[in-house]
Amino acid sequence: MTIRMPGAVKGVLTAAVLATASLAATPSLAEIKGLEIIAPASPGGGWDQHARTLQQVLQDQKLASNIQVVNIPGAGGTVGLAQFVTAKKRTPTVLVGGQIMLGAIVTNKSAVTLDQVTPLARLTGEYTAIVVPPDSPIKTFGDLIQKFKADPGSVSWGGGSAGGSDQILAGLIAKSVGVDPNKVNYVATAGGGELLASALGGHVTLGMGGYSEFAPQFQAGKLRAIAVSAPQRLPGSDTPTMKEQGVDLEFVNWRGVFAQSSAKPAELKELQEAVAKAVASDEWKQAVKQRGWIDLYQPSAEFASFLKQERAQIEGTLKDIGLVK
Amino acid sequence: MDTLAALGHGFLVALTPYNLLWSAIGVTVGTAVGVLPGIGPALTVALLLPVTYGLEPTSAFIMFAGIYYGAMYGGSTTSILLNAPGESGSIVTAIDGHAMARQGRGAQALATAAIGSFIAGTIATAALTFVAPLMVKLALLFGPAEYFALMVLALTTVTAVLGSSLARGLASLFLGLALGLVGIDMQTGQARLAFGVPELLDGIDTVVVAVGLFAVGETLYVASRHRFETEEIYALKGSKWMSREDWGRSWKPWLRGTLLGFPIGTLPAGGSEIPTFLSYLVEKRLAKKPEEFGKGAIEAVAGPEAANNASAAGVLAPLLSLGLPTSATAAIMLAAFQQYGLQPGPTLFDNNPELVWGMIASLYIGNVLLLVLNLPLVGFWVKLLLIPRPWLYAGILVFSSLGAYTLNNNVIDLVILWVIGLLGFGMRVLNVPVAPCVVGLILGPLAEQQFRRALAISQGDPSVFLTHPISAALLIIAALLVIGPMILRHRSNGAGKNDSASPSGTHPAT
Repeated sequence: MTIRMPGAVKGVLTAAVLATASLAATPSLAEIKGLEIIAPASPGGGWDQHARTLQQVLQDQKLASNIQVVNIPGAGGTVGLAQFVTAKKRTPTVLVGGQIMLGAIVTNKSAVTLDQVTPLARLTGEYTAIVVPPDSPIKTFGDLIQKFKADPGSVSWGGGSAGGSDQILAGLIAKSVGVDPNKVNYVATAGGGELLASALGGHVTLGMGGYSEFAPQFQAGKLRAIAVSAPQRLPGSDTPTMKEQGVDLEFVNWRGVFAQSSAKPAELKELQEAVAKAVASDEWKQAVKQRGWIDLYQPSAEFASFLKQERAQIEGTLKDIGLVK
Repeated sequence: MDTLAALGHGFLVALTPYNLLWSAIGVTVGTAVGVLPGIGPALTVALLLPVTYGLEPTSAFIMFAGIYYGAMYGGSTTSILLNAPGESGSIVTAIDGHAMARQGRGAQALATAAIGSFIAGTIATAALTFVAPLMVKLALLFGPAEYFALMVLALTTVTAVLGSSLARGLASLFLGLALGLVGIDMQTGQARLAFGVPELLDGIDTVVVAVGLFAVGETLYVASRHRFETEEIYALKGSKWMSREDWGRSWKPWLRGTLLGFPIGTLPAGGSEIPTFLSYLVEKRLAKKPEEFGKGAIEAVAGPEAANNASAAGVLAPLLSLGLPTSATAAIMLAAFQQYGLQPGPTLFDNNPELVWGMIASLYIGNVLLLVLNLPLVGFWVKLLLIPRPWLYAGILVFSSLGAYTLNNNVIDLVILWVIGLLGFGMRVLNVPVAPCVVGLILGPLAEQQFRRALAISQGDPSVFLTHPISAALLIIAALLVIGPMILRHRSNGAGKNDSASPSGTHPAT
């Protein structure tokens, strides 16, 4: 691994040149020395990718040095959250998290909640697409709602883990069309390939997941998107929104980053500024675009009030579905 | 012909000295992470992603493919020598592989694993080259009902590892099934048997249980008997090469393992353990000396090792042809595609032929490199067994604990490992076989989830398992596998009564 090849050297040089250039362009900032980013999930997932992209950008933009990403997977992020809240660290530490964590905290009756951390910034989000196989008799979101209203059990909703974003959205849809959310025939999968396969194979009536995850299948004509949970149609896509089709819903699966509540005000400010600078960089924007995320940056204060609303909605929906008493 | 031309072009890409070097680096790193417990190919690729940013995508993927295949080779080493499976695909290998090592046949076990991996890897890569789209189309026919039937079929493996006492074997199986229930239920999100411990919510890791039962339990047992028994083990007896008989007993299992591994690998919810279980079962059923199974039968190493390597190639079929990630490593490779701005999915072959075919060609090359790397290493690895026993055992315990900790960076895993290790020790003392426990732990939760999904989709109608043709066929095969030997035994018993001259004409299969 220590063998350096011309290509790699070139890459490193280019990165260095770019970094220097951007450094010259922006007034330089105090570099955070030593930063730990906790990804409360296994390598490869969304949280891990956010942690590693943030690591890369903070490092390249000289906003922080000696950054480590630590994976602490488990229970929808609540294992990582619990360790983050209780850990006494010498170096500044941040935690990546997202919407799924909110649901997991309630369903798992987690001892720690997001009240015990300080929201640092909302980073990105993904809108949910509802997909069907190309030969499905369901052509529009309206068709789906009609079938669902007539016989709720006959529609199987394939999505990620129970109590996660997809099931919450299914519950919200049911509620807004006047069907008892408890009647949603939700089929939980491990997400990713397993979900895609059951949608492609037509084993469930419809699949739910991040729009970008399905996008390659739309282009190849293997799946059809009948609705997206965004406020307006996504750039470069003609999938109609739920609102357009008469269901007044907007839903975003967001991801953000949190600081320890024990962080001193000065340290907190430093972290906020570093994250703000990082997400404003071209490198971050490029990475966000490549991975099919949507930049939904919100600074600390706005993120905190967004979280408050979001919690109320999610906890309410989980009760409606019957996952939480 | 198009495929051949594209593959030829792929070889031109992969055989440039620059890309060959990355392939060599990949297989070496892969072998190393396969040997180290707790660090799998998924984590390694994730760690290397930022480092490879400056590389050409083709070179990076050639290296990733090398790591992926290399880890599959390396995984068997610790299973065989230390009884500590590094990943779930090599758990079955430990059963007879370690028994062989104790008899001084560790070198042959490692060799049949390496050569079997090479043959299976090469055939499966060829299958990936030529029939991937077809296999993926078939794989998509598998819905929850079909998966459930497949799990039931795999569960019949238990009959091959039950041991001499039915009651003890079943006790072990049910223990495994109970351990499999621990954690959040996927369909309802409710915690089961977690006792308020958040670390238990994601269930107990299969590798932790296997290492606990096999390595820690066994080590404690041997250590506890050390003073009283002077059993001569671990010496390298005779030649370190495979004998003519070893070859004769290995080649068919290699091929059968490949035949099971590749198609099951292409299934989006197949997993690398299931083909290894089925391979073990098939080999025991077909073996001339089934009574050797569990005591160091070379077929039981050759078949499962071929099966897990073939399934590794199978996993790449849906990834490359549909963009479906069906294992942790595949999911990270998918992320890597995105890092390079490539669109993984049905259009990848058309848009980036150089990359895809270069990577497929590098799989053939990587296999050869792995064989060249691993066969000479056999001589080195078996030297591990010359370490004085107290040191070796202490080493195994340290190595196992380290591996369990690295899995999730969590101390609770160490506690679980040692509790399970003590349990394994107790089972060993009471002569309860540990293999059925692992089979139950892996298959129980999978079967349960698929069963419930199938019933949810059919709105509670259980006939789905019989009205879906694939599901019905698999269930019938499973039933025959269980009932068949009983009928045979019954018949031979009947024959024994008539002709008392041949009372031990057949061996009971279990």
